[in-house]
Amino acid sequence: MVGCARRVPPFVSVSRGSSARPPDVDPRVGATWTEAPCPVLVVDRYGGLVRINGAARALLPDAECGDRLHERVPSWLWGAHQRMGEGPHDGSLGTATGRINGRFVEAHPTPVGEGEVVWWLIDETDRRLAETALSNARLRSEILSEVSSALLSTLNVPRCTEVAASMAAEHLAEAAVLVAPPQGRRHPLTYARRGGPVTQVTRQVDVSGVPGLAEALQGFPPVPARWIDPGAIPDWVIPDGFSGAVGSVIVTPLPGHGVPAGALILLRSSTEQVFTEGEEVFARLFAARAGAALSAARLYTEQATVTATLMQELLPPRLTGVHGVEYAGGYRAAKDHERVGGDFYDVHPGADPSQETLVVLGDVAGKGLDAAVLTGKIRNTLHALLPLAGNHQRVLDLLNGALLTSRHTRFATLVLASVRRRGGQVRLRLTSAGHLPPLITRADGTVEEVATQGTLVGALPTVKARTVETVLSPGETCLLYTDGITEARGGPLGDELFGEHRLRRAFGESAGIPAEAVVERVQMLVSGWLGTGRHDDMAAVAISAPATGALTLVGGHAEAGGHTGGPGSRRIT
Amino acid sequence: MTVARPSAAGLADRLWQAVVQGDERSAAGLLHDALADGTDEETLLLEVIAPVQEKVGVEWAADRITVAQEHAATAINERVVASLAHRRPGRPTGAPGRGRVTVSCVDGEWHAFPARLVAEVLTLHGWRVDFLGAQTPTPHLVAHLHHTGPDAVLLSGSIPTHLPTAHAAITACQAVGVPVLAGGRAFGPDGRYARTLRADRWAADARGAVSALDAGLGRPDASATRQQLDDLPHLADQEYTMVAQSRAQLVKQTLVDLENRFPALRSYSDFQRERTAEDIAHIVDFLATALYVDDAELFTSFLTWTADILGARHVPAHSLVASLDLLSGQLRDFPRAGKLLHEGVAALGEHSDRPVPGPDSHV
Repeated sequence: MVGCARRVPPFVSVSRGSSARPPDVDPRVGATWTEAPCPVLVVDRYGGLVRINGAARALLPDAECGDRLHERVPSWLWGAHQRMGEGPHDGSLGTATGRINGRFVEAHPTPVGEGEVVWWLIDETDRRLAETALSNARLRSEILSEVSSALLSTLNVPRCTEVAASMAAEHLAEAAVLVAPPQGRRHPLTYARRGGPVTQVTRQVDVSGVPGLAEALQGFPPVPARWIDPGAIPDWVIPDGFSGAVGSVIVTPLPGHGVPAGALILLRSSTEQVFTEGEEVFARLFAARAGAALSAARLYTEQATVTATLMQELLPPRLTGVHGVEYAGGYRAAKDHERVGGDFYDVHPGADPSQETLVVLGDVAGKGLDAAVLTGKIRNTLHALLPLAGNHQRVLDLLNGALLTSRHTRFATLVLASVRRRGGQVRLRLTSAGHLPPLITRADGTVEEVATQGTLVGALPTVKARTVETVLSPGETCLLYTDGITEARGGPLGDELFGEHRLRRAFGESAGIPAEAVVERVQMLVSGWLGTGRHDDMAAVAISAPATGALTLVGGHAEAGGHTGGPGSRRIT
Repeated sequence: MTVARPSAAGLADRLWQAVVQGDERSAAGLLHDALADGTDEETLLLEVIAPVQEKVGVEWAADRITVAQEHAATAINERVVASLAHRRPGRPTGAPGRGRVTVSCVDGEWHAFPARLVAEVLTLHGWRVDFLGAQTPTPHLVAHLHHTGPDAVLLSGSIPTHLPTAHAAITACQAVGVPVLAGGRAFGPDGRYARTLRADRWAADARGAVSALDAGLGRPDASATRQQLDDLPHLADQEYTMVAQSRAQLVKQTLVDLENRFPALRSYSDFQRERTAEDIAHIVDFLATALYVDDAELFTSFLTWTADILGARHVPAHSLVASLDLLSGQLRDFPRAGKLLHEGVAALGEHSDRPVPGPDSHV
């Protein structure tokens, strides 16, 4: 018991009496509150501090019994006490919270009669700190998760950089500048301002002018924010529209795959709070994610470029008219996510209209990239053999020899077609080496099978093949195709082969229509037949004698796919 | 301005005559002359060529032109568009720095012509356009987006049965942070299926696409990846999955039941039998799609359209109603499918009371 009874005014001495306690409480408890671990204040109706326990003295070292409460406690508690006297209240209604001497306190009042109130003060400081820490941690992990999802969503480097910069400006600072590794002497720079647009430029800047930036770009650990003089930040770092002077700066490396993926500069104006150490740590966490995402995007881009370059040689060429004859090709790889496979075709234009154009369509055993690589070799070999194309047997013999001696164990089937236009008619020499015979649709709609046949190449010491000559009149078309088309399985009943009879029927309806429409129609029908079913590589090439009235594309060459060719390659005669 | 400049409608009439006769030379000459006379290219594309291409489809549906003519006409239109594009100066003359967009068809969609027109019109308006064409596998489309990082994807679809595939493409594009502008007949006359599938925007035509892009689409929130069920919670009932997966069995069984009900069908040739099977397969495909988007009109409008196609070819449509009835029997445990089939029968009943356009009526 703290002895301050002497100072207690006589009219409040009743506070030790029965009215302060519920009747069923042992009167001895009356003395124990002074030992309570939480601070307790007894205040009279006039705001005088009647009693105070030991814990309260520790919290309010200056308080003495008899002091006026408003002189010793913050206004929030004094206000709460005044409200107690104002009207009826029960239990927790009068509870108030606030700070006392740096501690966070919850004050619970107990009225004890005659306007006297016992204030039980509970120190909530640690719980508050823990709660704040928890909520910050949650917020940060939410931000990091959002950042990760957004960054991982794109493999496009400029877009990924844009996302990283804008999220940094949104969650970490007022403005962010992402400095990518230099391309030559110039750095790609991405500026983001909170609530503003993201801008990307590539320019030559002096990275050594920003403390810690050159080091960050070389992969050295970041310089602590407090060492960076905001006044020394060069103008190029400050995004357009950034208001006021720079108050604090973080420069942090973006860790990549062993090499830095760039650096991130975070800016706050002088009117804002400076970056705390916790924020610096968080910025590093953010930078780790951004760096990983950027590196993945760069790696993907590099790989995609390599693949595209190599693939360019393997993709089927885009066909157009050559020397008054129309060519069209269609290709679909066995797996829809691939662009190449074991089928191939090429059109090698004759040097001039009097020379034959060589058309090749073939099928290498197997599918996928491995088969595609062999198609590339065969196409190159045939290209080299072009001067001998006057004799198909000779070409096939040489190709056979080349395939037999190569390390590939695969074989191939193919059709060679030498094409030349004479007057309105197109003369064809066709040779099949183990391949499906070409079909010809005549002007009257009948479909003929060309009676060429032979053995496949790359398997036996010799190739036997029979060459057949024929003529296309205007509007007639010759179709070379691979077995992926006739062996497409599907249809309304789900398990039938497309078959040669359906191909012939579709092709027979194609008399007089342009070559690309013939190929497109075949592809459409087969695709509809397949539905979502699996299939082999499929290729088709149509060779047409243009119907009267058709546009003739002259001077054109079989072009590599992917672009429509330079000016002048397609001209209307 | 010359007095003699022909109207767009007049040009369209002449172009129609040329393409339906397979006369590519006249078709191209007509348009190049019009261009030389001062008609602007956008007008040629949208008010001359587009209506002619639309008429190709209408005339085929009415059995007034053959499939071969349809393909030849489309091929000529495509070549003519290419030749117009080829004539254009190297870089578009529109406002500089308009941005880059990708125009693609839904995976499995062969009708690339509407998308081609949109691509050409956007190019005229100064956009840098990557046209991926028909039948673009969705993985290729997404790889292209990673590669180029465009401002938007314009996704074109003509046949509604590609809507589930379109949905996968839309969510895939949005998941890489690229907004999707959907267009084409597949998305419904008012673009309702574009909304169902949560495309960022829908445009009725090429000009609508231009103004939507001008207004800006905004980036979708790439961190909020969605899956089918988030957009279409009704798919949890598995009816779409079951119908789509058992397509072949449903068609086979319906064909057998149909022959039992109409013994005359047994005397059909293989060719006729296959056409009947195809018709049933289409019904099942559209039924599955209607289950996917949970919309009866998708199914009923397909049925009435099919009835018209059959009517134009003097094929009685009663086998359609019978097929629906037989499918109802097989799908007794599927309440949503049953309701759709029921509404299909009702729609066909109402439709048959209406006069069918005769072969001489002009569309």
